[in-house]
Amino acid sequence: MKKKGPKRHRNFQILCVAVFTLLTVFILFPFVLMAVSSVTEENELLIHGYKLFPKAFSLNAYRYIFQSSSAIVRSYGMSILVTAIGTTVGLSMTVLMAYPLSRKDFRWRNIIAFIVFFTMLFNGGLVSQYIMWTQIFSIKNTVFAYLVPNLLMGAFNVMIIRNYFANNVPFEIIESAELDGAGEWRTLLSVVLPISKPILVTIGLMIGLAYWNDWTNGLYYINNSSLYTFQNLLNRMIQEINFLSSGEAAHYVGTGIAIPNVSLRMAIATLGVIPILMVYPFLSKYFAQGITMGAVKG
Amino acid sequence: MTKTKKKKIRKKDLALMSMLIPGTIYLLINNYLPMAGLFIAFKNVNFAKGIFKSDWAGFANFKFLFATGDALIITRNTLLYNLAFIVLNLIVGVTLAIMLNEIRNAALKKLYSTSILLPQIISMVVVSYLVYAMLSGDSGYMNNTVLKALGKSSINWYQQKKYWPFILIIVHVWKTLGYLTLLYLASVVGIDSNLYEAAEMDGATKWQQIRYITLPLLRPTMITLTLLMIGRIFYSDFGLFFQVPMDSGPLFPVTQTIDTYVYRGLRSMSNIGMSAAAAFYQSVVGFVVVLASNLIIRRIDKDSALF
Repeated sequence: MKKKGPKRHRNFQILCVAVFTLLTVFILFPFVLMAVSSVTEENELLIHGYKLFPKAFSLNAYRYIFQSSSAIVRSYGMSILVTAIGTTVGLSMTVLMAYPLSRKDFRWRNIIAFIVFFTMLFNGGLVSQYIMWTQIFSIKNTVFAYLVPNLLMGAFNVMIIRNYFANNVPFEIIESAELDGAGEWRTLLSVVLPISKPILVTIGLMIGLAYWNDWTNGLYYINNSSLYTFQNLLNRMIQEINFLSSGEAAHYVGTGIAIPNVSLRMAIATLGVIPILMVYPFLSKYFAQGITMGAVKG
Repeated sequence: MTKTKKKKIRKKDLALMSMLIPGTIYLLINNYLPMAGLFIAFKNVNFAKGIFKSDWAGFANFKFLFATGDALIITRNTLLYNLAFIVLNLIVGVTLAIMLNEIRNAALKKLYSTSILLPQIISMVVVSYLVYAMLSGDSGYMNNTVLKALGKSSINWYQQKKYWPFILIIVHVWKTLGYLTLLYLASVVGIDSNLYEAAEMDGATKWQQIRYITLPLLRPTMITLTLLMIGRIFYSDFGLFFQVPMDSGPLFPVTQTIDTYVYRGLRSMSNIGMSAAAAFYQSVVGFVVVLASNLIIRRIDKDSALF
């Protein structure tokens, strides 16, 4: 593969490297701007705006977040809780749905597969979903509003895991486990799942990412700011720059502190990206896998 | 003998069925119940009376929706943005995948593919902060640094609708190009290298190799992905159109899509009937479009059809 092509091909390769270098700068620039702004002195931001090379640095925004605003820390905890529960329950349900559908000898396979598949083609839309969840199930302003609507189990993930089981778990293994007297549950848990780790990590990661990043369920169903997840707090803060110092959230904030609003916005957005950045280098292989399988809608 | 075998299969089926119970119940509630709820579009919704006891409105909600011209604007925006996205996704994805595949340095290649994927995995709320850092009137990078350096005066970005079609398209491309590149790259990598070696022998230039080997072999992937996107042409990325323009009223003529319209109607609670009608319209027309695009995929390439 390392073969050197003729000169004109090297020129093309240089062009490719140049294009991708520029592209990487274009992609990363806003992230760098955000991170730098979050540690820039508030007064400098007020005069010169967000800059790549500020003259005065300050950690005031972060100090404020961790010392004075329990609203931010609390919402972070809420996000972690929702992500942990949602990923565990969601992945379990997805696997339990996918496994019987991967079994050619399962009697009701076709009808169930159709029930799953049809949800990818047709949906009832936001209005009837909203009315159902709020009027029949009363999930407004409860943790269930973050966990249950839409995110718990999607047809796409079921299909991906089903295909993985069908293509990568030889039926002979399942048959021999059954000959040894293992029941279906036993076979799934101690034979099929241990050899399917890559797909479980990939889909688990995608479900976790969807929960960590979700702000729509909070937007639709939560208006009690003490229940906010991190994304919803972020969402609220961009709409109302003074959200933390006024109104509902005021009782979380110590009085008499000047809030570094401009740098604070960027600091809190940076905190939203950090958990993803922390796991990304180790898991980028699985991210890429999940993404090429179409499991991320964005 | 046959009797016991039959009995054994039934026990197995029941065990497998027991695994399906939670997921099936979830789909019935989360996905199927709202489908049944589409009838709301034909009701004059009155929360005091309850949904079921509200009066029937016939097609009144739809009449309003189409009479006000809202339907026209939201349909136009949704379709035009999606068309732009479909064309750009195809060009950008294929071009970048071919170029990334040419980069021989493994470390560089890894660096590039890792960084371009980053925007895909952050939430639209964070994206809206990044856009805000660029475009904010007082402290944005565009006004304070770029326009100042060019000697131009500041622009009130969040009030001026003429810039937003471009801004939204740039943000969309910025967020999705990594995903598209990797998606097409998977097909580019799969091409038999003997083909290129043979072309090399015949003295084909790089451009000829791309034109006569790579592109024809990518055709099935290009067709499938494009038709999949066409199938979703009545749906828009709610985050992109609601969150990134920061819900700014003056921008509505160019940022309102079916999804944001439905949400805003629901939020204000004043025209929930029109909102329900728009959601109904999206579900039904969207369904027809999915079926039609799948029919086309089947005609072109049976294996890549959804069903």
